[in-house]
Amino acid sequence: MNTLSVDHQTVAIKNEKSLLELIRNMGIELPTFCYNSELSIYGACRMCVVEIEGRGIVASCSTPPAPGMKIFTNSPRVQRVRKTVLELLLANHDRECTTCEKSGHCKLQELAERFGVRKIRYGERDLKLPLDTSGKSLVRDPNKCILCGDCVRMCWEVQGIGVLNFSNRGSKVQVGPAFNKNLAEVDCVNCGQCSAICPTGAIVVKSEIDAAWTALHDPTKLVVVQVAPAVRVALGEEFGLPAGEIVTGKVVAALKKLGFDKVFDTCVSADLTVLEETHELVERLENPADLPLFTSCCPAWVKYAEHNEPEFLKHLSTCRSPQQMFGSLVKKYWAKEMGKKPEDIFTVSIMPCTAKKFEITRPEFTTDGIPDVDLVLTTQELARMIRESGLLFHQLEAASFDTPFGFTSGAGVIFGASGGVAEAALRAAYEMISGKVLEQVNFEEVRGFQGLKEAAVNLDGNEIKVAVVHGLGNAKKLIGKIKTGKSFYHFVEVMACPGGCIGGAGQPVAVEKAVKEARAKGIYHADILSQLRKSQDNPIIAKLYEKWLEQPNSHEAHATMHTKYITRGRITGEDIQLLTSKHQQKLDVAVCVGTCCYLKGSYDTLQELMRRADQAGIGDQINLHATFCLEGCSQSPSVRINEEIVGGVSPEQVDSVFTSKILNRSQR
Amino acid sequence: MNIGSVKDLKELREQWTANLGKQKMRILVCAGTGCVANGSLKIYEAIKNQLESHNVFIPVELLYEDEATDRILPPVPVGMVKSGCHGFCEMGPLVRLEPSGVLYTKVQPEDVAGLVEVLISGREPLQHKLYSHPVTGETYALEREIPFYKYQTRNALGNCGKIDPEDIREAITHGAYQGLGQALTGLTPEEVCGEMAKSGLRGRGGGGFATGFKWEATRVADNPEKYVVCNGDEVDPGAFMDRSVMEGDPHKVIEGMAIAGYAVGADQGYIYVRAEYPLAVQRLRTAIQEARKFGLLGKNILGSGFCFDIKIKEGAGAFVCGEETALLASIQGERGMPRPKPPFPAQSGLWGKPTLINNVETFANVPAIIINGSGWFKRQGTEKSPGTKTFALTGQVANTGLIEVPMGITLREIVFEIGGGIRNGKKFKAVQIGGPSGGCLTREHLDMKLDFDSLVSAGAMIGSGGLVVMDEDTCVVEVARFFMNFTQNESCGKCVPCREGTKRMLEILQRAVDGEGRPGDPDDLEELALAVKDGSLCGLGKTAPNPILSMFKYFKDEYMAHIIEKKCPAGVCNALATYTIDAALCKGCGKCGRTCPVQAITGVVKKPYVIDPAKCIKCGACIAICPFKAIREGK
Repeated sequence: MNTLSVDHQTVAIKNEKSLLELIRNMGIELPTFCYNSELSIYGACRMCVVEIEGRGIVASCSTPPAPGMKIFTNSPRVQRVRKTVLELLLANHDRECTTCEKSGHCKLQELAERFGVRKIRYGERDLKLPLDTSGKSLVRDPNKCILCGDCVRMCWEVQGIGVLNFSNRGSKVQVGPAFNKNLAEVDCVNCGQCSAICPTGAIVVKSEIDAAWTALHDPTKLVVVQVAPAVRVALGEEFGLPAGEIVTGKVVAALKKLGFDKVFDTCVSADLTVLEETHELVERLENPADLPLFTSCCPAWVKYAEHNEPEFLKHLSTCRSPQQMFGSLVKKYWAKEMGKKPEDIFTVSIMPCTAKKFEITRPEFTTDGIPDVDLVLTTQELARMIRESGLLFHQLEAASFDTPFGFTSGAGVIFGASGGVAEAALRAAYEMISGKVLEQVNFEEVRGFQGLKEAAVNLDGNEIKVAVVHGLGNAKKLIGKIKTGKSFYHFVEVMACPGGCIGGAGQPVAVEKAVKEARAKGIYHADILSQLRKSQDNPIIAKLYEKWLEQPNSHEAHATMHTKYITRGRITGEDIQLLTSKHQQKLDVAVCVGTCCYLKGSYDTLQELMRRADQAGIGDQINLHATFCLEGCSQSPSVRINEEIVGGVSPEQVDSVFTSKILNRSQR
Repeated sequence: MNIGSVKDLKELREQWTANLGKQKMRILVCAGTGCVANGSLKIYEAIKNQLESHNVFIPVELLYEDEATDRILPPVPVGMVKSGCHGFCEMGPLVRLEPSGVLYTKVQPEDVAGLVEVLISGREPLQHKLYSHPVTGETYALEREIPFYKYQTRNALGNCGKIDPEDIREAITHGAYQGLGQALTGLTPEEVCGEMAKSGLRGRGGGGFATGFKWEATRVADNPEKYVVCNGDEVDPGAFMDRSVMEGDPHKVIEGMAIAGYAVGADQGYIYVRAEYPLAVQRLRTAIQEARKFGLLGKNILGSGFCFDIKIKEGAGAFVCGEETALLASIQGERGMPRPKPPFPAQSGLWGKPTLINNVETFANVPAIIINGSGWFKRQGTEKSPGTKTFALTGQVANTGLIEVPMGITLREIVFEIGGGIRNGKKFKAVQIGGPSGGCLTREHLDMKLDFDSLVSAGAMIGSGGLVVMDEDTCVVEVARFFMNFTQNESCGKCVPCREGTKRMLEILQRAVDGEGRPGDPDDLEELALAVKDGSLCGLGKTAPNPILSMFKYFKDEYMAHIIEKKCPAGVCNALATYTIDAALCKGCGKCGRTCPVQAITGVVKKPYVIDPAKCIKCGACIAICPFKAIREGK
């Protein structure tokens, strides 16, 4: 028989990959920190240990079930390991629970309570490390990190970026970006998935609640708020409602009670995005260039492309994201209508997203020193404000969005789920290309949680190939295939977060896939409930063009609804100083150790330069540093000598460059 | 020159052996790391110069094929060799003469003239340069009679110190690649794995896992791409067995790996060796190049159609990279951190392909098993742990160095016969075996037969083979603290019990030796040690508490004395020392009182002085100054 026993109970082995899975299926909630079904098995927290007769203690997450095993999930040895692990983690943890952002959602706190840890025998944390508050979206507190590696694997395995990793050894191990840089200086895209998966308060979303209250309490400001589609199917979870329940009316009511002067729907600008982006697509299809067209709604994806795919930037739609289109609409057009100056209006967005906090700070989205959107609050932050104000969410009477940005099509709502943007665009593209009315509006192929979704859609004789990816790791793979010619598409939707915006890091904490699935279901249900299903049918959009924007992709629309992108180095910030000269007339020499130069041997160049300087006895006259990206990648390895950038300084070339450019400027 | 077949190899071996026979004498100067550090390369040059000045011809490079004919044949054709490690590093620089077998120890440049004089004249060896037993005082001329060597059985180390490791021809004359030839022509891969299984060889890296089982598991793994990896990441403090093999007989390791490659179906091997072993790296590089030159690595080896090559990967000196999955991660360019097993490397190893990973010494044992058969191997050692094992014998023992002994030898034989007993007439207290992962063996284990299993049941382990002998003046608490400090620094930090647990165990031990032990410490420490042993992810963490558990098992009183009485019975822990003035010896000169930096010593001249223990900072200045040896550091 293919069975084993767990705590004397015989259980059949089905196709469980691990003992953890099998035992949890039996209704025994084995504790874990580092196990997550979406990530690889790590086996480091040792909380899920069980005892197997004859084998001793094993981690259940990494042990496959085998017939005949006699397993004990709560033996004295198991208990000793678990309690010791908890006690050890707590000993080294900054235990300021009451003031911690994660209090109440912290897994360490939860398990310490569950296991009744009341005394810590093993000392205190002896090292207080500085917080990383450099980023716009996230705050890292290494003092609360339990080194479970969830963020590291999330960033690399799911997002394909790898901003975070381990450094040092023994008890000095830390998680952080390369070279001890802070988040703002590296290629972090602010997707926040690390914070969503962090079991403690070691990575949290930067809170803007105080700034929101300040604005709300400022009588000179007209405070306008927009609510992103994914918020309405998730906020209820914070107040005990089931995931996926549509609480749009209650959200609007709550915002009004909190004191927001106008409550608008981001779905309106999503509808606008559909028209702008679909026109862009149709133009590119007519004059084939820069295909596929990539969506640009997701600021994390945009930043990812800027860091990693500079040659693909021309493929990105120039459309601003719905949030930024909204900001533009409000501050540049609606404000005039209201007789207000842009600076007298304070725009807040309620977003499922952490990258949106970064997006509003991009210089392209500030007009004459006034940001188009002033503040981003996540779904979670809104929940906190509601709790703080004492509003009983479930008792709120539903209210309606304000005009003029309060009426939306279903196409604008489905932006909240992966595939939604593509589906909305297809609904528009069909009618735009064929001139016929689209009857069957559902494009099921692009829905769901598969990493890559593909559809070949016949738009009245023209077949267009669409791909939808969510999770930047999937995007990375797809781009690889496109680059090598293995795949071809006309249109690609990318969302950085798994599941799309419903799985954003600003949403209520939910690691389980089922929660995300329920939210997606809610989104598509909201679409069905909509009177109108296509963005182009939304009368508000027609009015926007009529009043302000002329027509899709008009000159005016371009100026206020579109944007441009920049290439970004992988690492910025200070150089690494290797030789510091105290000489009066020193020579500044910087060797690029960015990816391109490094791969072409710049490390050897650096060493060779140091050796030559030593040999020539002028080591004390040179300020030598390793730097990141001199933007001379095509002629790497690059070296900067004072202000001059010299390309092609391979280790073999060091000698001649040294003689001609350094030695003759030194004082021997 | 490509050796195209086993027959060619045999012919070459015979031809070179015959050439070698023309040498009437060989002078082997040890060029292992220890002797080189002691200046053996200068000795080599000096001997060479001396011989030349005596007009003795020295073929520095043994001229096997194209003997120089235009030079006068010497009266005594002398061969000079820079050999690998002889193992008796403490006595270095070592110079051995063949065929006489005379071993000169601690040879200094000023000894060379006399030494060569004796050599040429054929007189009796220089007495004062021979080995003299530090306990018995007896002098030995011949290496094989020195107790340190006499009780050893050298298989893996067989050629170390006997050949020039940088000359493949010397290795071949000593039988290198014969085993590979036999495997390629006479055995199927399955039979090779079977032979390994029958031999009962167990992994020499510490765990003692059955080698044949590993080989077979890798062989049957269904994948066209497989790897063989040699674990040369020897980081235990005090252990240098693998280094000596790699430095002294690199071809044996290469041959063992090639046989393994043939057996498991791999065509690429990696040797992972610490960058801190530059000589080993260099000799392995040379050996690989030479093996390629002779067609013993590369395509179609010995005309058999089998292809195999080896790359060297230098490690950055992380203890944890000795753990196989961490090592594989490191080869792949990732951070050296272990991962949970299964999957085992035999299923999914390097780049996710089936990988056989064995330690240096394990591979070094392979050729002889193929040549002599599994039966020969099984006859040595014990039933469950056949064969021989190398140990690095260090500590308070008269003879320290690298030894190879049959499994099942008793601790007494190692310490008192090979090691020559405890230094300075002190008493034997314990040995720490297996380095930071091991445990203590005490007087009660002196007659225990040492093998993989007996050691584990005694709470220790063979580990990589470090064997530190401790005398009565060694404090086991301090030893445990030392090792815990090591493991804490070397923990990769991945799993909680090891990362946090070693830190806290270290803190508790530190308190004990600092005299700040608390009453709850012993219980907390023991519980923590047991939880870390059970709960850790890899072998490093699972064995890190061994020194502590072994301390609790055999020396609990000594630990408790640190905690409760705040005393160090061995008198090692400075913070626990008490200084007293022996009134009978004190003449009242007052020097101590004037020297004491904290005015802890008071008294009246010509009467015994007294130390105030509350003020004393135990700096030892008074002991150093007292002309009458009246001040004692108490235990």
